[in-house]
Amino acid sequence: MAGASSSDYIRHHLTNLTLGKIDGEWTIAHSAAEAAEMGFWRFHIDTLGWSIGLGMIFCLMFWAAARKAKVAGASRFQLAIEIVIDFIHNEVKQIFHKKNALIAPLCLTIFVWVFLMNLMDLIPVDWFPHLFYLAGVPYMKIVPSTDPNITLGLGFSVFLLIIGFSIKEKGVGGFMGELTMMPFSAKSPIGKLCLLPVNFLLEVVGLITKPISLGFRLFGNMYAGEMIFILIALLPMWAQWTLSVPWAIFHILVILLQAYIFMVLSLVYLSMAAEDH
Amino acid sequence: MDINATIIGQAISFAIFVWFTMKFVWPVIRAAIEEREQTIAAGLQNAEQAKVSLDQAQTEAQKLLNEAKQQAAELVEQANRRANQVVEQARSDAQAAAEKEKQKAAEEIQRQTLSAKEQLRKDVAELAVLGAEQILRARIDKNAHAQLLDQLSAQL
Repeated sequence: MAGASSSDYIRHHLTNLTLGKIDGEWTIAHSAAEAAEMGFWRFHIDTLGWSIGLGMIFCLMFWAAARKAKVAGASRFQLAIEIVIDFIHNEVKQIFHKKNALIAPLCLTIFVWVFLMNLMDLIPVDWFPHLFYLAGVPYMKIVPSTDPNITLGLGFSVFLLIIGFSIKEKGVGGFMGELTMMPFSAKSPIGKLCLLPVNFLLEVVGLITKPISLGFRLFGNMYAGEMIFILIALLPMWAQWTLSVPWAIFHILVILLQAYIFMVLSLVYLSMAAEDH
Repeated sequence: MDINATIIGQAISFAIFVWFTMKFVWPVIRAAIEEREQTIAAGLQNAEQAKVSLDQAQTEAQKLLNEAKQQAAELVEQANRRANQVVEQARSDAQAAAEKEKQKAAEEIQRQTLSAKEQLRKDVAELAVLGAEQILRARIDKNAHAQLLDQLSAQL
């Protein structure tokens, strides 16, 4: 960007377009210092915008298929959508054994949405930042899943559902019991009381780890992939395509796999929450 | 690492998309898939049934065909027998009629022969008598030889 050094280039590619309040006015941050000044109540409107846009594409695509869904003489588009639906349906049937109207649509949303967000990684890294830069927008990150806010947002939504499922299936008492009476158990009430803090600590750590590992696994993988694309883009012309093409082909596998892993792990956590131990 | 309100925006949009999928996408497409699966299952079952009933119908048809063939064979047999009988009957009737006609003809011939003979005999007798009369008229008394002439006519 305008004769910048390599580190400037990389920093530019890794900075979000941030909207927040400076001195009581909503504005866009033009530097990291400005962004930091905004405090917690600032939004990455690039990743959030792409994320919401991709989510809407997902919803509209599947909604279009649903609206025109025919039992006989289905279009190819409908059949393609049905393949995805069937895939999710089978996964859910295998892992989640209770009846629940939420779990399958949830898994479908996670899988397709995360996949679409990861897919943005395959768009050449310079295109959108440069285009927006020319249009006067200082930063533009287009891969939502390289933003930990996005992946942790999903992870903590799943976390809330884990707690919700646990309480719904086992009641508040049951859930609390699970947090405090396991994994160490004693027969006498005093023994139980003594083990309570240990159990609670272990279980809460175990519980908190789930959303964090979900969010950071996806973020880490995508961030690393994005970083390699950026580094390749710094190389001379002849080296760029010889490296970025194989990496992109490999990345097709990664983006699909990461979407699948996020979906299956959410499913496993939720089925663990919904089932008695 | 910079965690901020984006995480809340993402969580809210996630909730909305999941709600949308749950409400407008998943049930509709699953319903279509399930209905199609049922249709296909029913179709396969119908095909299976149709195959069974086709087999049954074929067996039935073969049985009926065999029966019909057998009946036809019996009928032909009967007809042949009957025809033979009729021919036999006709022949024997014809023979009997012919025999009767022949007999009648023979009797008629016999009768006519007899009557012709009688006539002839009478004629000859008369002729003889006439001849004898002629001779006798010339040579002998008719009465004296009447007895002799009667004897002669009885011998004829």
